[in-house]
Amino acid sequence: MYNLTVNNREVSVDVPGDTPLLWVLRDELRLTGTKFGCGVAQCGACTVMMDGMTRRSCVTPIEMADGAFVETIEGLDTPESQAVQAAWVANDVPQCGWCQSGQVVSATALLTEIPQPTDDDIDNAMAGNICRCATYQRIRKAIHDAASTLEG
Amino acid sequence: MKMWKVSTVALIAILSAASSGWSEEVNGLRTVDEFDGFTDETARSQALFEEMAKVIQHPRCLNCHPADNTPRQGMEMRIHEPPVVRGDSGFGAPGMRCNTCHGSENVDYVSGDGSIPGHSPWMLAPIEQAWIGKTVAEICAQIKDPERNGGRTLAELHEHNAHDGLVGWGWTPGEGRESAPGTQELFGELTNAWIEAGAACPEG
Ligand code: FES
Ligand code: FES
Repeated sequence: MYNLTVNNREVSVDVPGDTPLLWVLRDELRLTGTKFGCGVAQCGACTVMMDGMTRRSCVTPIEMADGAFVETIEGLDTPESQAVQAAWVANDVPQCGWCQSGQVVSATALLTEIPQPTDDDIDNAMAGNICRCATYQRIRKAIHDAASTLEG
Repeated sequence: MKMWKVSTVALIAILSAASSGWSEEVNGLRTVDEFDGFTDETARSQALFEEMAKVIQHPRCLNCHPADNTPRQGMEMRIHEPPVVRGDSGFGAPGMRCNTCHGSENVDYVSGDGSIPGHSPWMLAPIEQAWIGKTVAEICAQIKDPERNGGRTLAELHEHNAHDGLVGWGWTPGEGRESAPGTQELFGELTNAWIEAGAACPEG
């Protein structure tokens, strides 16, 4: 039995220790906003916040997340996440949408640490979030827009 | 006839024992007593460092000692994928720290062969400890220099090589990766012998 906090809710799950956190989120807790893309830490679709840092849930066995504080796309609720969400809608960022929960989580993490990121900061933070629809230009613009909102 | 067979077996046994005595290696790394034959202590020390360099210059170790801001991956030392940067303190960039993907231990992939390496901490060596592109002599001088070895005395350097967990990861790199030569214990013994022989650096 593993105990963790997910989106401010304490949960216990009875699964083998090597079960990826992503499986637990989607199959046990029915939080299907977090997506599976590659399973090998190469795409970023499965990004969540774990203990305040971005984390790829596909390569996080649940035994490594025991006792952790996890936030998924469903639970993010900070000024930064709200600014990102508004900018994403205003810029019509998603195309198919598959990668977008990961993009939003990474963008929120970036703005939480660097409120006014440069293009280089954005490249460095977002390089592990692949978008097969190539929405990269809109993602960059939306992050800058969200930063302006936060500043204003 | 039977006697002949027995003596042949005995001879082979003696020969193989002798040959392993002449060249004792553990996982491709020579043991310290292999260096007993030197009469010149400096030459012995230099030879010991050359042996240590088999570990130091193995891709398992070099990949995270780059001279630029990008770690490498694999035996061919290709650029890290996804693209990542050193960042402040060698832990990656805000929003994309090393531990975004690398956990506290190696994790087997559930959707394919191989594993993602992990250890706590997981980070790049500081830029002043860069090894990629350097000669063995340059690395030796760098490793002895407290300005470029994290402020370590030789005794602390031995301790680091013999017992540090992230150094030790080089011998437990997880499924799909070749380990560094030898063992961490042997690397520690070579380091100790090199220091006791005067911590001399190879020429050139
Ligand atoms: S599904 Fe985790 S990084 Fe691709
Ligand atoms: S919007 Fe389709 S993968 Fe990014």
